[in-house]
Amino acid sequence: MYERKFGEVILDLKGISLSFGAMRVLNNISFNVRKGEIRSIIGPNGAGKSSMLNVINGVYHPQEGEITFRGEVRKEMKVHEAAGFGIARTFQNIALFKGMSTLDNIMTGRNLKMKSNMFWQALYWGKAQKEEIEHRKKVEEIIDFLEIQAIRKTPVGRLPYGMQKRVELGRALAAEPEILLLDEPMAGMNVEEKEDMSRFVLDINDEFGTTIVLIEHDMGVVMDISDRVVVLDYGRQLADGTPDVVRNNQDVIDAYLGVPH
Amino acid sequence: MLLPPNQAEGQQSVALDTFPKLLLNHARVRGNKVAMREKDLGIWQSWSWSQVAEEVRALACGLAALGFQPGDKLAIVGDNRPRLYWSMAAAQCLGGIPIPLYQDAVAEEMVFVLDNADVRFAVVEDQEQVDKLLEAREQSPKIEHILFDDPRGLRHYDYPFLTSIDKAQEMGRAYDREHPGFFEKMAGSTSGSDICIMLYTSGTTGNPKGVVLTNDNVIITARNGIIREGLTENEEVLAYLPMAWVGDNLFSYAQSYVAGFTINCPESGATVMTDLREIGPTYYFAPPRVYENMLTQVMIRMEDASKIKQRLFHYFMEHAKDTGTRILDGKPVSFMDRLLYKLGNFFVYGPLRDVLGLGRIKLAYTAGEAIGPEIFDFYRSLGINIKQLYGQTEGMVFICVQPDGEVYADTVGTPAIDVEIRIDDSGEVLYRSPGVFHSYYKNPESTAKTKTEDGWVYTGDAGYFAENGHLKIIDRAKDVGKLNDGTLFAPKYIENKLKFFSFIKEVVAFGNARDYAAVFINIDLEAVGNWAERRNLAYSGYTDLANQDVIYDMIQECVEQVNMDLSKDPLLANSQIKRFLILHKELDPDDGELTRTRKVRRNFIAERYGPLMDALYSDVDVKHVETQVKFEDGRSGILTADVKVRNTKTFTPVKAVS
Repeated sequence: MYERKFGEVILDLKGISLSFGAMRVLNNISFNVRKGEIRSIIGPNGAGKSSMLNVINGVYHPQEGEITFRGEVRKEMKVHEAAGFGIARTFQNIALFKGMSTLDNIMTGRNLKMKSNMFWQALYWGKAQKEEIEHRKKVEEIIDFLEIQAIRKTPVGRLPYGMQKRVELGRALAAEPEILLLDEPMAGMNVEEKEDMSRFVLDINDEFGTTIVLIEHDMGVVMDISDRVVVLDYGRQLADGTPDVVRNNQDVIDAYLGVPH
Repeated sequence: MLLPPNQAEGQQSVALDTFPKLLLNHARVRGNKVAMREKDLGIWQSWSWSQVAEEVRALACGLAALGFQPGDKLAIVGDNRPRLYWSMAAAQCLGGIPIPLYQDAVAEEMVFVLDNADVRFAVVEDQEQVDKLLEAREQSPKIEHILFDDPRGLRHYDYPFLTSIDKAQEMGRAYDREHPGFFEKMAGSTSGSDICIMLYTSGTTGNPKGVVLTNDNVIITARNGIIREGLTENEEVLAYLPMAWVGDNLFSYAQSYVAGFTINCPESGATVMTDLREIGPTYYFAPPRVYENMLTQVMIRMEDASKIKQRLFHYFMEHAKDTGTRILDGKPVSFMDRLLYKLGNFFVYGPLRDVLGLGRIKLAYTAGEAIGPEIFDFYRSLGINIKQLYGQTEGMVFICVQPDGEVYADTVGTPAIDVEIRIDDSGEVLYRSPGVFHSYYKNPESTAKTKTEDGWVYTGDAGYFAENGHLKIIDRAKDVGKLNDGTLFAPKYIENKLKFFSFIKEVVAFGNARDYAAVFINIDLEAVGNWAERRNLAYSGYTDLANQDVIYDMIQECVEQVNMDLSKDPLLANSQIKRFLILHKELDPDDGELTRTRKVRRNFIAERYGPLMDALYSDVDVKHVETQVKFEDGRSGILTADVKVRNTKTFTPVKAVS
């Protein structure tokens, strides 16, 4: 319907290799992420997708390669740097506070944005109060955006799986990230839930201009919503390009459909 | 014209006979009173009458700036949002005609209405509805402008005919400045006999019909309802039913504009129950299933409550069963009972009403289908004044309403103010009232068939006046038949009576052109299964459970109780159920036995189960049948069973037909 335009490269990974002992998880991976795009990483189980995300947000530190983020070349990302610079993520296994309400869970995503200290927050007075009201407003906007008003006050442990995934997305959004890393946001969902989630991913990208890096198993979803896809297989990079290019790549077809012997 | 007392102040000179006039009057008389609320970002936002008038004015002028002419139609599609209600008023201010559509209709369904009504303008809620209208527009290119409320996701839609309501209002304010006096002139020149709204009836067969209603139809009927129930400007109403439905138009729009009370729009469809509790409406409408669901929720949660709470609950509910209803009806109640009820009110009834969101209810209506007597009594015993009404789109809802203190589960009450009712020879109910519709749009044939020259409307329902002067609706007129001995036979009436038992899920009643009435029954697997488990009764599935003698005994009791009830009915006493059987399979829309909305397809079932029909109308005790069934995965198989048929006790009619 309209031409999608992307900005400059905001994250550039070059020759990334990561090993745990003798186990080589990532082998010379290079790709970049441009501002405003939906970038997917696909590959079979154990291909190194989650490790790749962990390299990006600084949980794993690669042995080789360099990462250029915001024009600064570095060997590795640091966790607090990543968060501070606006990289937020969701997890393959839901990592929410089960006993807390949806609202409170999303509020925790505002943590880094809070300026007043614990003392003033506990008093809930003056500047701290004003700040909290502003944060609450932002959280309410996210609740509205993700259409989860009805579960605002429900403890997340009581929510169905698909809803918990949505709350987790909400928490990541609360940090107003520049880059959003989504680790299998649609795993274990039924068709309808997948459709909903796809719509939210597209809407987030569209509405807030958030750059999205996505790991996903479901090829249909990936091909439908991604701008560019990078394919990993046992730590190797098989292909990189638009969904059409990737779909017709012989290595990818072999890896996914098997090679006749 | 009669004005309710709160309406008369300072307004003797101009008749308030149209919505624009009513709106401007409210802005003058009660400008600071809250007219509308909407929950947004977790907080209830409100608009006073003068603010609403301003918003409507800007929107109306915006529509005018876009080329909206008097007589133009404005389609409105979306959930109950303030701005959609305002656009309704805005169209009316310009002498236009709003046409609210069901928000869950697919594009193809909308095409017919948009085309039939020559709609040029549409106001919709969000991207979802915009997409549907764009799709519909390909087949019905008459639409020239689409206005939307929520811009989310629409940023990249590059169509010259797509405008946000914000933008339209901005244009409207500019237009207003350039054309001083335009709005006042347009709003002032509307008159009571003008067409005010068109509501499309869903129509089970054929295309939907556009019911054309005038300002007088709507406003006089709304006012009569307000007078009869003594409603004031202080009522709170939750607008949560589809805007395209006549009831929503009456309760959440027309009556609010007439009386000046407050409308509350919920945050989303999923939050209605929470919002209900936060608002605590004083005036409420819900179809029977909503009341049923609320009751089920309460009962399920009581099961999980502590033993003390359970005993407290059951003790006081038992007491309320008799006393509560009597107090509500103003009948004599002994001092001790009254005292105990007060105690119960403190411990149980009050908190329960609050949990249900009905703590402030003055008046609750229900209509649409039959409501189970025990559901009805449950709410009434809590002190909630729930009443049934009978109405239809063609009469702007009100035909009959139950008067306070004369509320019975099986009648729909006495005629509403200014409504005349008569029953024709075939038993069909006809009415004449100020609310009787103008015509069906572009459909003089149907109009002539439904409405007589002198204004009587055929309801399509069969009914009669009970001894107490209340109207009793028994069935759709076309479904009512006669037994061979000439007794009236109303299948739906019998089916509903049986379905009120929680063990019975579906019923199919036969009797037309037969010697006696007889029924097929589907037990409710969940309820009966539970019952069986508690008694350590083993069963392998529906077919097995349905065939057990204890279950037959239980169902027989239900049937005989219905027969007992029927025997007291002057018209239907002879159509008591002589024989019944429990079907060996559950009726299923996939097998074509039920419609998608779960209505039984009586003739289809009679044909499909021919051998069982024969068994019902002979004296065999057991019948062997083989039935083809479709499984959920699309395969089909054969189900065989030996279905038992039972005779039931019938009762001598208490009073013969006079």
